Amino acid sequence: MSLATIAQTLVFGVFVGSIYGIAALGLGLVFGVMRVLNVAHGELLMIGGYVSFWLFQLVGLDPLVSLLILGPVMFVLGTVLHKLLYTHVVRQGTESKIKNSLLISFGLILILQQTAILLWTGDERTVQTAYTGRTLALAGIVLPYTRMANLGIGLLAVIALHLFLHRTYFGKAIRATAEDWEAATLAGIDVQRVYLVTFAIGTALAGVAGALVTMGYGVTPTIGLPWTLKALVVVVLAGTGSIMGAFPAGLLLGMAEAGSALVIGAEYGQVVGLVIFLLVLLVRPQGLFGKGGLRSA
Amino acid sequence: MLEVREVDVFYGDLQALWGVSLTINQGEIVVLVGPNGAGKSTLLRTIVGLHRPAAGSVLLDGQPIHTIPAYQIVARGIVLVPEGRRLFGSMSVLENLEVGAFTARARHEKNKTLQRVFETFPILAERKHQIAATMSGGQQQMLAIGRALMGLPRLLLFDEPSLGLAPIVVENIFDVVQAVNQSGVTVLLVEQNVHAALELAHRAYIVEQGRVVGQGTGSELLTDANVRQAYLGYSPEAAAQ
Repeated sequence: MSLATIAQTLVFGVFVGSIYGIAALGLGLVFGVMRVLNVAHGELLMIGGYVSFWLFQLVGLDPLVSLLILGPVMFVLGTVLHKLLYTHVVRQGTESKIKNSLLISFGLILILQQTAILLWTGDERTVQTAYTGRTLALAGIVLPYTRMANLGIGLLAVIALHLFLHRTYFGKAIRATAEDWEAATLAGIDVQRVYLVTFAIGTALAGVAGALVTMGYGVTPTIGLPWTLKALVVVVLAGTGSIMGAFPAGLLLGMAEAGSALVIGAEYGQVVGLVIFLLVLLVRPQGLFGKGGLRSA
Repeated sequence: MLEVREVDVFYGDLQALWGVSLTINQGEIVVLVGPNGAGKSTLLRTIVGLHRPAAGSVLLDGQPIHTIPAYQIVARGIVLVPEGRRLFGSMSVLENLEVGAFTARARHEKNKTLQRVFETFPILAERKHQIAATMSGGQQQMLAIGRALMGLPRLLLFDEPSLGLAPIVVENIFDVVQAVNQSGVTVLLVEQNVHAALELAHRAYIVEQGRVVGQGTGSELLTDANVRQAYLGYSPEAAAQ
């Protein structure tokens, strides 16, 4: 096995991992702030993928450019879904909140999936841009343009979210609410509004991930669940207390899967991811980037 | 300024407050005295809107506030320093203070208020970039009070501010409560350190088993035989000897 092969594999791992990272960023944000597990996150990703596809197909918008439309569209979809489905749930106690939000989002999976099949059939849709399949060769390593765009968009999304959460007043309110919603209320923060905006941002991030998936792989109505699972693994890897840790954890999972495909065979790539997941839960249950114990109360 | 009228509060099926009434006048320090589980914290939490009364009303300057959401009550100028401090532990000192000034009114005055809070608590200015959870208990309590002051309270409620703190820090906290009051903020204080609290108080209420069972000025209650026996550790037998 040559050094170039190893480097090539890891680079592809990073590219895949950047999509894992964005998918997990949205799921982790919603879970970290609202303590609601949205298992329909993958279906929101799927919807985002179709929006991106149709904007390309009907209007001819490049999938990277159309992110500027897709983001706001998904944000609005998120606010609508939250108002319809989650507003009442998030007021409940922790335990019934988790249970009811699971039930609701399982229902949402069925609805979104069936709607997508009805509207757009089960055919796989892909986006073929002028640069799809074009590559850049750097020191013997092949770098496809679309994959580099994945990484670039992923980094942009992470940096934007980080700046929003740390530099703006509303972002600080979101972090405060994630830590202690009651203390946040006592500071004059409308936590219901925080939840609404958080869910909408999570939906927008799912949509961005969906656009990247469509660009790199293609979209069908049933891609949702595997992506939810992948995002969940990454969120737990990062630690549920560490919202921003999702992106590096995603990159790590991508590289681990790619590396293991090289060493023990591609069919075991998924298994290795799950083994890492179990190991982390055993050895470091607070996650790789979690702060451990501080937020257990 | 604040009037609590015949308030009943339930936790599920359990009634925690039974027809509780009290009044707080502008500029006062009012203390709530009573055993653990008497409902003192529940009363504070009801005033700031975290609990809804099943009956009765809470009036601020004659306006009912028990029907509006808790976050809007903060904007009306009532702020609670909650029991156990409840800081945003992974955020910095400065961020905790900033979040304290979230309401539009407080945000407008943020820089001025921050200056004042830093003058009151120089330690917070020194450590403004430190992560809140890594500070000592006393410093965390200062931050909790600072965060509440950032909300520009007219009425500041303290729930057990000295709980779990070293005696020398406790003294400091009482000085702060007094200083806050002298700066024009009305204070409602729940405190297990009854003696020190009554010395500070203009008036006090005794709360037992969810009911107000007595009231008086601070000095009246300090010399009241029942209060001395129940809360200040004097037994009549010992006094007689």
